[in-house]
Amino acid sequence: MATITAPQDVFIKPGRKPPQRARRWTRSRLKRAIPAWIGIVVVLAIGIYPVFWLFVSSFKTQREFVQESTFAMPESWNFDNYVEALTTGDLARNFLNSVIVTAPSLAAILVFGLGAAFAIEVMVWKGRNLTLLLFLSGIMIPGQMILVPLFIAYFNMGISGTYLPMILTYAGLGMPLTVFLMTAYFRSVPREIFEAATIDGASMLRSFFSIGIPLVRNALFTVGLVQFLSIWNDLLIALTFTTNPDLRPIQAGLLNFSGEYGQVNYGPLFAGVFMNVFTLLILFVLLNQRIMKGLAGGAVKG
Amino acid sequence: MKSVLGDKKTILILLLPAMLLYTLVKLVPVLWSLGLSFFQGDLRGFTFVGLANFSKALEDAELHQAILFTLQYSLVVTAGQILLGYLFALFYVFVLRRSSAFVRALVFFPTVLPSVAVALLFQRFFEVAPQTGPVNSIFNAIGLPSIDWFGAPNTSFVVLVVVALWSSVGFFALLMYAGLVDIPEELLESARIDGANGLQLIRRIVLPLSLPVLLSATIFSFNVTLKVFDTIYALTGGGPGTSTQPLTLYMFKTTFTFQDYGYGATIALVLTLICLCVSLLIFGSARKDRTKA
Repeated sequence: MATITAPQDVFIKPGRKPPQRARRWTRSRLKRAIPAWIGIVVVLAIGIYPVFWLFVSSFKTQREFVQESTFAMPESWNFDNYVEALTTGDLARNFLNSVIVTAPSLAAILVFGLGAAFAIEVMVWKGRNLTLLLFLSGIMIPGQMILVPLFIAYFNMGISGTYLPMILTYAGLGMPLTVFLMTAYFRSVPREIFEAATIDGASMLRSFFSIGIPLVRNALFTVGLVQFLSIWNDLLIALTFTTNPDLRPIQAGLLNFSGEYGQVNYGPLFAGVFMNVFTLLILFVLLNQRIMKGLAGGAVKG
Repeated sequence: MKSVLGDKKTILILLLPAMLLYTLVKLVPVLWSLGLSFFQGDLRGFTFVGLANFSKALEDAELHQAILFTLQYSLVVTAGQILLGYLFALFYVFVLRRSSAFVRALVFFPTVLPSVAVALLFQRFFEVAPQTGPVNSIFNAIGLPSIDWFGAPNTSFVVLVVVALWSSVGFFALLMYAGLVDIPEELLESARIDGANGLQLIRRIVLPLSLPVLLSATIFSFNVTLKVFDTIYALTGGGPGTSTQPLTLYMFKTTFTFQDYGYGATIALVLTLICLCVSLLIFGSARKDRTKA
């Protein structure tokens, strides 16, 4: 038995590359490794240093900003700047606004976008290609083009002073990319699965919920992340549709931050910016692989 | 079977919410905006002015400057993103090999940061007074005088490009890395056996094979940089004067600061046309190349 299975293993796992020989640190290898290490160090320094400097600065006092060297470490590590940013600077309010606006927009984008993608790609009807094309045409048109009419429309509807204009706009703007990506994912699902479900007596709505959604769960997560980032990081829509400062999401709020005090109040400003960066840093550390794949995938296809 | 797959009611239930939202928020406003460019006015009412907005656009020096700046910015940043991104991708694939995951993630990280936060950070990074920022401090340390980066158009432009590249190169590097990884190892191996050195390998094999990725990255980059808003709004506000004002910012100011909605719509239309032209131009030239080959 053993004599049969052993050679089979070799065939089952055809190593694409021959096993690497043990690395010996010859002179030529060292010569090649040094530039690589220098490259890595330079790249890391450029990538990390600004964020590190931001972190350190967020603990400094106004006096330290003006008098001490910009490279100096702060004298104490207390959170006064953070407290001031959150309370006097109203960043806590802005943060909450961002959550209030992002959550429903994202939910609408994912639920409605997924449904539309399913209807377009899995179901059979006349004009579905045209519908898809209609959705896609939206990707090319800049957001600036729709600002003025929407502003007028929201004003006439009397919803200008609420969260609704932002939520509706984000949800609508997120639709093309979501529909486009999700149809691409549904395309790779074998039709037979849905046909079998139909034969078993499932309605299409049932198929959508019990088969369609679970099958593209991973893709849905990716699209959700991409959309989350674009809504959370948006400035244009937030700035246009919040005439009332109490409704401002985090990006628009942060912007007000540096000017509102008249003279720049460095500590709270840095604390505010760092909190903003830190939120996304946490997200990135947790979901790094998915975010990278999602953003790259979205760009190649979109 | 067919009747179930083509069940009209289900299609409506699934498609309608998305279609409705999309139509009301994007399609209708686009047409509306087209119409608005023939009007003048604000929330209190509009009057039909025919082609007045367009003839105004032809003579508007600030608009011309904005168009020029937008194109210049787009061109420089796109070139930088593609070139640097490609270099990074080559570095990942051929120098770091399989251990590049950590470096890739780190270089990519700025991509997820909000541009407002990045802009405010770099505003302080390049600052002269009251605090000398790190950049000027380094200049002083090696004996150079401080530069008032935001005081002159040229230096402001440099900062804008640096910030744009810092926050996006990781993304483009990743995009092109994905393209490079797809190149079959056997092809590279056989070229190596035939005696090709590193540079020849890149020029004769890697570069031609990564052309499709380079092309889609270029289109994507132009599409985004032509619409640049956040970074510039937060970093220079278009200044000094209007020297770093892109079309998007000019449109925003015209509409919401000066309340000239009709002309704002006209500027938005100009931007849309430029975006379309650039995309068609790149697509067109790419198609021509392919028929030649």
